[in-house]
Amino acid sequence: MPRSAATLCLESALGAASRAALVTLVALGAFAALLTAAGKDPLKAYVDTIAYVFGNPYGFSELLVRMIPLLLTAVAVALPSRIGLINVGGEGQLYMGAWLTTAGALSLSDQPAYVLLPVLTLLGFVGGGLWALIAGVLRALRLVNETISTLLLNYVAPMIVGFFIFGPWRSPESASYPQSPAFVDAARLPSFFHTRVNAGLFYAFVCLLLYWLLMTRTRWGLEMRAIGGNPEAARQLGVPVFRIILIVMFLAGGVAGLAGMVEVTAIQGRLVSELSPGYGFIGFLVAWLAGTSAVGIVVMAFLFAVISSVGDILQITQGLPFAVVNILMAVILFIVLARRSVGSAAR
Amino acid sequence: MTHGPPLIEADGIVKRFGSLLANDVAHFDVRPGEVVSLLGENGAGKSTLAKILYGYYAADAGEIRVRGERVDISSPRDARALGIGMVFQTFTLIPALSVFENVALFQSDLPAVMRRGEILARMRHYADRFHLAADPWQPVRQLAVGEQQKVEILKQVLAGARVLILDEPTKVLAPQECEGLFRTIAELRAEGFGIVLITHKLREVLSSADRIAVMRQARIAGTLDRREATQENLLRLMFGGALVAPARRTSPPIHDGHGYALELREVSTLGGSGAMQLRDLSIAFRPGEIVGVAGVSGNGQRELGELILGLRRPHAGTKLLWGEDASRWSVATVREKGVASIPDDPLALACVPGLTVRENLALGTGVRYRAGLGVDWQALDGDMQRSFARLKFPRPNFEARAATLSGGNLQRVVLAREFAHAPKLIVALYPTRGLDARSTMTVRALLEDARDGDAAVLIVSEDLDELFAVSDRLLVLYRGAIAGEFGPRDFRAEAVGPLMVGTGDRADAA
Amino acid sequence: MNAALIAGVIASSILSGTSLLYATLGELVGERAGIVNLGLEGIMLIGAATGFAVAALTGDPYVGLAAAALAGGAVNLIFAYLVVGCRANQLATGLCLMFFGLGLSALVGRPFVGALITGLPRMHLPGVGGAGARLLSYDMLVYLAAPAALFIWWLLFRTRWGLVVRAVGESPAVVYAAGRRPAFVQYQALALAGLLGGVGGAHLSLALTLTWAEGMTAGRGFIAIALVIFARWNPLWAIAGALLFGGAEALQLQLQAAGADVSPFVMNMIPYLLTFLVLILWGWNRQSAAPAALGRTHFGVE
Repeated sequence: MPRSAATLCLESALGAASRAALVTLVALGAFAALLTAAGKDPLKAYVDTIAYVFGNPYGFSELLVRMIPLLLTAVAVALPSRIGLINVGGEGQLYMGAWLTTAGALSLSDQPAYVLLPVLTLLGFVGGGLWALIAGVLRALRLVNETISTLLLNYVAPMIVGFFIFGPWRSPESASYPQSPAFVDAARLPSFFHTRVNAGLFYAFVCLLLYWLLMTRTRWGLEMRAIGGNPEAARQLGVPVFRIILIVMFLAGGVAGLAGMVEVTAIQGRLVSELSPGYGFIGFLVAWLAGTSAVGIVVMAFLFAVISSVGDILQITQGLPFAVVNILMAVILFIVLARRSVGSAAR
Repeated sequence: MTHGPPLIEADGIVKRFGSLLANDVAHFDVRPGEVVSLLGENGAGKSTLAKILYGYYAADAGEIRVRGERVDISSPRDARALGIGMVFQTFTLIPALSVFENVALFQSDLPAVMRRGEILARMRHYADRFHLAADPWQPVRQLAVGEQQKVEILKQVLAGARVLILDEPTKVLAPQECEGLFRTIAELRAEGFGIVLITHKLREVLSSADRIAVMRQARIAGTLDRREATQENLLRLMFGGALVAPARRTSPPIHDGHGYALELREVSTLGGSGAMQLRDLSIAFRPGEIVGVAGVSGNGQRELGELILGLRRPHAGTKLLWGEDASRWSVATVREKGVASIPDDPLALACVPGLTVRENLALGTGVRYRAGLGVDWQALDGDMQRSFARLKFPRPNFEARAATLSGGNLQRVVLAREFAHAPKLIVALYPTRGLDARSTMTVRALLEDARDGDAAVLIVSEDLDELFAVSDRLLVLYRGAIAGEFGPRDFRAEAVGPLMVGTGDRADAA
Repeated sequence: MNAALIAGVIASSILSGTSLLYATLGELVGERAGIVNLGLEGIMLIGAATGFAVAALTGDPYVGLAAAALAGGAVNLIFAYLVVGCRANQLATGLCLMFFGLGLSALVGRPFVGALITGLPRMHLPGVGGAGARLLSYDMLVYLAAPAALFIWWLLFRTRWGLVVRAVGESPAVVYAAGRRPAFVQYQALALAGLLGGVGGAHLSLALTLTWAEGMTAGRGFIAIALVIFARWNPLWAIAGALLFGGAEALQLQLQAAGADVSPFVMNMIPYLLTFLVLILWGWNRQSAAPAALGRTHFGVE
C-alpha cells in the first residue's frame, strides 16, 4: 500500500531529527571535554542554559530576538542558492540596508509611525537589494563570480556606514563613541510584551513564507529550480536566465537589508558601527545546514540561537568569553560537513 | 621504411560497454618507422582500441605485446613507461601554464628543483628535430590549436614515447596547420617512431599512411598497404558498400509555393570558445519537407541548431521565421511560435535531472499553462497524457525525478513535450543517437508524420543510411558552410561521403 | 609633505603590512592548489593567541612564534581533512573554521589577557644610525617578510612541488593523467598555508601590540583573502598589495596629522575598489588569473 506524502515527510523528518540529535550530542560531548580541560563546569552550563531558555520567559524571548536576523540572512543565502549562486555578502547587504534606513529615519523624522515604518522597511529592503544587485549584474554579464564580488562588497559596506557615522550623521551627544543620533520613536519598530522581540520576527516569517510559496507554488520557482539544476537546459528551453539572476540577487540582498533595518530600528535605535556579530556568515551556515527547506531554516536558526545562549551563560556564570561558544558551533558543523560530504561523495 | 619487430601488437582484443560491443579486433600492430592509419566512421571503434593501447580502458579479452614481450597496461602512466604516447582530441594541457611547464609536468624523472636549462635543451632538440617549435614560456591558452597540438606531441615524445597514437589530429586544425602536422609525422617516422593515425579523412590516409586498417562496427574490416589503397575500396570498406539508397517510405511532397517556414539569408555567426563559425548560410525550409544535414560532428551542426532556436544570434545576415525577421527573437518567443527542439543529449540539454517528469514537461511551454502565479497542472497533465497516448509511448510516472529515467525514456518525455502542440518547425539534432532500433523507428516515423502534417523538419545525423531514408533533401555541412546539396536521386555514399570528409567536388542536386 | 611624514607612513605600512603579507602568502599557496580558505581569520587568531600564551609561559618569544606556526598548521590540517579528504564545501567549511578560530583563540588566550611578555626583539641594521635607525629597526619577521615572499615565489615557480601545486589548482584531472597525486599535494599546501597564517597572527601579538585581545586580528584574515585576488595569485605582487592595504590607514592618519582632511574610511575603501576594477577588467577581457579549479565549484563565470 503506498504511503502517503505526509507519512514519508514525517519519516524523513524524524530521520533527520535523530541524525541531528546524534551530531549535537557528539558535539556537546566534545565541547564539554574542552571546557573541563579549561577548568570549567560544562554540565552546569548546559543545565543553566536550558533553564534560562526554556524555563524563563525572558530567556525564551531573547532566543527569538537572536533568531530574527539569522532567519533573514539565511533566506538571503537560500534564495540565490536555488539558482546556483553563492551569496556570502549578507554582512554587507545588512549594513547597506541599515544605512539606507538611517538616511530615511534621519530625514523623515517628523513623519508619523504609520508612514515612517513602511517607508523605512522599504528603504531597508532597497538598500540591501541594490548592494546585492551590483554582484548580480557582474555575474549575469559573466564578468565577476558572485562569491568573490559579494565577499569584497562585505568590506566596503561597513566603511560606508563608518564614513557617515563619523561624518555627516555624527551624533553631537556622544563625542567619544561615534554613532548616529537616536531615531525618533516613530522610527522605532515596536517590541512586544516588555521583551526585545519585535516586529522583525513578523518580517522574518513573512519572508520565509514568501520564499516557500515562491519556490513551491509559482512558475518562477520552477524556472529558478531549473536554472539551479541545469542552467544550460533552462536556457535552451527559453527560461530568461539573465533577468532571473538580477531579480533574485536583488530580492536576496533586500531580505538581508531588512535584517539591517530591524537592527537599527528595533534593537539599536540608531546607526552604530558594530551592527552585526557575523549575522551574514552565520546565516550562510544556517542556510547551508538547512538545505533548501524553509522549515529547516527555522530549525537551524533556532539551534544557533540556543548555542548563542550557551555562550551568554558561559560568560555570565562561568567567566568565559562569549566567543568560546563558537567552538561548539564549529564542532557541530565540522561533524556535519564531514559526514554529509562523505555521504554524497559515496553516492 | 620499417625494420625490426613490431613496436606494439594487439591480438584478439574484445571490449564491451554493457551490451554494446565496442571492439572485436583480431590483430593490430605497428612497426618502427611506419605510419598505420586506423580509418573508419564515427562509432567504428577506433578510439576505443587506441584507449585500450594507452591504458585508459582495460580490454575484456586479448593480449598486448610491446617489442615482443607480453605486457599489462593498466593506466596511462604504465603506457608512457612502455613508450606509448597518445594525443587525444581534447588535450591534457593546462591552459594557464606555459609550454615548458606543461611538458615538464609529464616528465617522470623531473628533479625536485627543476633544472630548467637541461629540460629546455632537450625540448629544443626534439622541437627542432620534429618541427614542433614553440615558445617555451608562452601560456598554452595563447597558442593556436595547432600549436597546442605540437606541445602535446612534444610532451609525449619527451616523456619517452616511441609509439605515438594520434586521435583525429586534423579534426581541429586549419588546412595550413595540417601541413605542419604531417611534416612532424614524417620526421618522427624517419626517426623510427611508430605512428597510429586515427582518422576518417581519406585524403590524409592516402597521402601519409604506410598501412591502413579500416574499422567498421568494432571490427577491422580490412588492412591495405598504401600501394593497394584507392578511394573507392577504402570507402567500400568504411561504409560497408551501401551503394543503393534504401526504399523510401513516402514519395517526396510537391511544393506548392507556400511561404518558407525558415529562411536563412547569408547568415554568419561568430565562432570562438570552441564553437564553429557558420559562414554565409543561405537555406530555405519549406513546410512539409524533411531536410537532412549530413556531416562529421563538429562542423557546425550544433551551431546551426542553436541559430535556428534563438540560442545564437546571427552576426550577419537575416533569419526569417514564417516571413518575420526572427534574428533577435528570444528562445521563449521562438518556441512559442511553434518551433520544437529535439537535442542529442536530452539529459544534458533538454531536462533538469533534479526536477520531476511533470515539472520538466512544464518547462519550455511558455505562457500556455499560466494560471495566476502558478502553473495549471491539470491542463498540463491532460495535454501531456494525450501527447503520450498519441505518440503511443508508455506513460512514465510523472512524479519521478527525471534523473531516474533511462536515456530512452527521457527522449520519449522530451518528444512528448515537444510534439504536444503540433510544432510547425522541428530541429532534431542526432535524435536517434543511443536509441535502440525500435525507438529509432518510432522517432523517424514521428518526424515523417510531422512532415506529412506540413511541418518543416531539420534533422542532423551522422548515420547516412538514416538520412537517406527520411530526408526529402540533403545538405552537407563542412566547416560551417554548406558543401553540397542533394536530391533523393543522388543519395549515394560515394557522392555524399567525400563532401563530408573534405575531399570531392562540391555537388548540387540537379 | 615632508620626509618625516613619508618615513612615518612607510614605517607604519611596513609594520602593519607584515602580518598581512605572511597570511596572504599562506592563503595564496592554498588557493594555488585550488582551495579557498575563508577561515584564514581563525587561523591568524589561533596563531596570535597561541604565540602570546606560549611566549608568556616560557618567556621566549621565539618559542611562542614556533608554537604559533605549528598551531596554525595543525588546525589548517583539520580544514584540509574536511575539504580534501571529505570533499566538503570549501566556503561553508572555511566560515566554520573562522568561528572555530574565534572561539579557540578566546579560550586559549583568556588566562593571558593583560600578561606582559618580551616581544620579538627589534634589530638594528648595523651601520645605520640616527633617524635611519628609528626607521629601520624592526623585528625579525619584518625583515624576513619580503624574502619569504621571494621564497614562496621560487617554491611555486622553480620547483617540481610548486609546479604540481599550480597544476592541481588548474586541473586536478590533468595531474592525475600525469601520474601524480592531487590530494596529497593539497594537504601539503594547506599545511604550509596554516603555518604562514599562524605566523601572520603571531606577529600581531608578539611584535605589534605585545598584547592579546579577543578578535584582535580585526578582519585582517579577510583582507588577506582580498589581497590574494588583488595580487593576482602572485607572491611578488602580494608584497606591493600588503604595503598598499596596510598603508592605506597609515597614510590617512599621517595626512590627517598634516592637516589634510581625508576620511579613513574612504582611504580604506580604495584598495577594495581597485581590486574590483581589476576583476572587472579581467572579466571583460575574458582572462582570469585565478586558478581554474579554485573552490572546485566554477569560480569563473562558466
